[in-house]
Amino acid sequence: MLGTFATLTVLTAFGAREGGATPWFGLVVALLVGMVFCGILNVIAERIAYRPLRNAPRLAPLISAIGVSFIYINIGLFWRGPAPVLYPDILPTFDFVNDGLGIPSLVRFTVKDLFVVALAIPLMLGLAWVIKNTAIGKAMRAVAQDREMALQMGIDVDRVISYTFLIGGMLAGAAGLMYGLYNNNTNFVLGFTAGLKAFTAAVLGGIGNVTGAALGGFVLGLLGSLTVTYFGAGWENVGVFAILVLVLVFRPMGLLGEETGEGR
Amino acid sequence: MSVEEIATVKSEAPEGRERKLVIGVIVIGLALALPFIDSALRLNLGTKLIPIGIFIILALGLNVVVGFAGLLDLGYAAFFAIGAYTVAFLTSPSSELLRALGAPPIDFWLAMVVATAVAAAFGVILGAPTLRLRGDYLAIVTLGFGEIVPLVIRNTPQWTRGVQGMNPIGTPTVPGVQFGVATEPWYFLVVAIVVLSVVLTARLRDSRVGRAWAAIREDEVAAASMGVNPVSTKLFAFAMGASFSGFAGAVWSSYLQFIDPGQFDFSVSIFVLVMIILGGLGNIYGVIAGGIILGSFDRILADTISDVLQTIGDATNIELLRQADVNRARSLILGLALVILMLVRPEGLFPSARRKMELHAAEESEVEAAQQRSTLYETQR
Repeated sequence: MLGTFATLTVLTAFGAREGGATPWFGLVVALLVGMVFCGILNVIAERIAYRPLRNAPRLAPLISAIGVSFIYINIGLFWRGPAPVLYPDILPTFDFVNDGLGIPSLVRFTVKDLFVVALAIPLMLGLAWVIKNTAIGKAMRAVAQDREMALQMGIDVDRVISYTFLIGGMLAGAAGLMYGLYNNNTNFVLGFTAGLKAFTAAVLGGIGNVTGAALGGFVLGLLGSLTVTYFGAGWENVGVFAILVLVLVFRPMGLLGEETGEGR
Repeated sequence: MSVEEIATVKSEAPEGRERKLVIGVIVIGLALALPFIDSALRLNLGTKLIPIGIFIILALGLNVVVGFAGLLDLGYAAFFAIGAYTVAFLTSPSSELLRALGAPPIDFWLAMVVATAVAAAFGVILGAPTLRLRGDYLAIVTLGFGEIVPLVIRNTPQWTRGVQGMNPIGTPTVPGVQFGVATEPWYFLVVAIVVLSVVLTARLRDSRVGRAWAAIREDEVAAASMGVNPVSTKLFAFAMGASFSGFAGAVWSSYLQFIDPGQFDFSVSIFVLVMIILGGLGNIYGVIAGGIILGSFDRILADTISDVLQTIGDATNIELLRQADVNRARSLILGLALVILMLVRPEGLFPSARRKMELHAAEESEVEAAQQRSTLYETQR
């Protein structure tokens, strides 16, 4: 939600308006600003609200996180007000199937669709690479497996967790830009269902598995769209949460996940 | 004397018990006198006290789930909605269910019992598959459930009239008392239910199952190996919590005479959760105190503060103050309250002794804890 707002602010500064020309440079700046903004915000939140609770019982950081999300919601409310906010439709409306190939078809693949795919795939690959191949990624995996042991091995756990929150926030910022440009609207409570869906996708794919998360998001999106088609628009989130419950009950490790001991 | 009774007597020293009784009587007396104080001072609190009371009932029920059994339930408002809608289905002349069955609206009290049972049943239905999961996963599933229920209500207008909401709804029948516009009968009804809930939850806490809840909360594996069945014990906590929510919902819908899905969204669940965390998880009196503090802030003080700020703004010509509305910052205040409480005083304002111990034990390292134990041992000798 804050990602959509931040990128919207940047885009507006670059003169983006409904149906206007595409400020490509503005898009790049918006993406960077959105990612940095959300990343830093997430790091600050971790420092203030989660780090002091690292050794507290599990419920404490969870409750604190809910508190943080409520604070974000209110920041959004003050920033843009309670009404849905228009996000200008600035990408070209060129459709590759109908206009590009000249095939009259109900199937559409517009610049918008291409934009989302073209941004999401490099980000996912980049994330997978960071986690798999860099020192910090290795440290993250170590901390996730056994924090105390990682500490004994000389890993600065606080720093690693800070980086994790930075990366998480940056990805959310990028997602904010994609969401805004694709759906052309945003609002201050957007993040609540988005967060739930993200969690569902991660659980569906298998927590701690980037490929799984991507697959989970893909499957979830498909199932959500099918729910809309067959049951009606109001049922999408019902379908999504029903899937979450079913996955947690029958396959808590997710589609691709291994047994992490978390689910049971 | 049964084992449970011995345990109860042992857990509360006689003086402590007497003191609690005296405080209880004073609080109940004050609660009963409040409407008369209100009308004498012309505070016009009547309509605001009843929602606060109903939220206290909700808080007491959620305390069973989160405070006693240690299961974080973020979808508690769903059971509230289920209770409210069950009563509406059974007692409202506009109910499609009654029309389909060709039955007349039934008595409120009977509907309330049914609502309680239905909510408890939903608690079991949700709990049964999910209780094998660990803390945060359970929280997310209940969160999802809390989202689904209002959505389903919204999406099935043929039964629930969707966003239009349902009204009117049946009222309680007591000989010689009119449950209508006057707030006093409702107030006394709510106070009676709060007192009943306090007695019930206190008895539950001290019962065999209550001790099983505490055991599971503190160490599930150890409890299971001592012969406590984790699944059925947790399920019972879920069902109990849901049933409190169910009858709170029944009174809510009957008092308001109008319900729509918007009354039962996520913020309600969080509001109740903040109440019990603020007051002190697991401590019944703390939970009530938290409910009163937060409820009166939300219903009474927020408006008063906004008025005061606006008056100052008018007087000093500061535009910002003139438009001040504390209600707009409601979720900011709730969120800040949650974060600050977790950081500063995770056990709440009035913690139960046991909960306080748990939360602070984790901060000390094993060595320190051992040292403290040994010094404690020496001073005792």
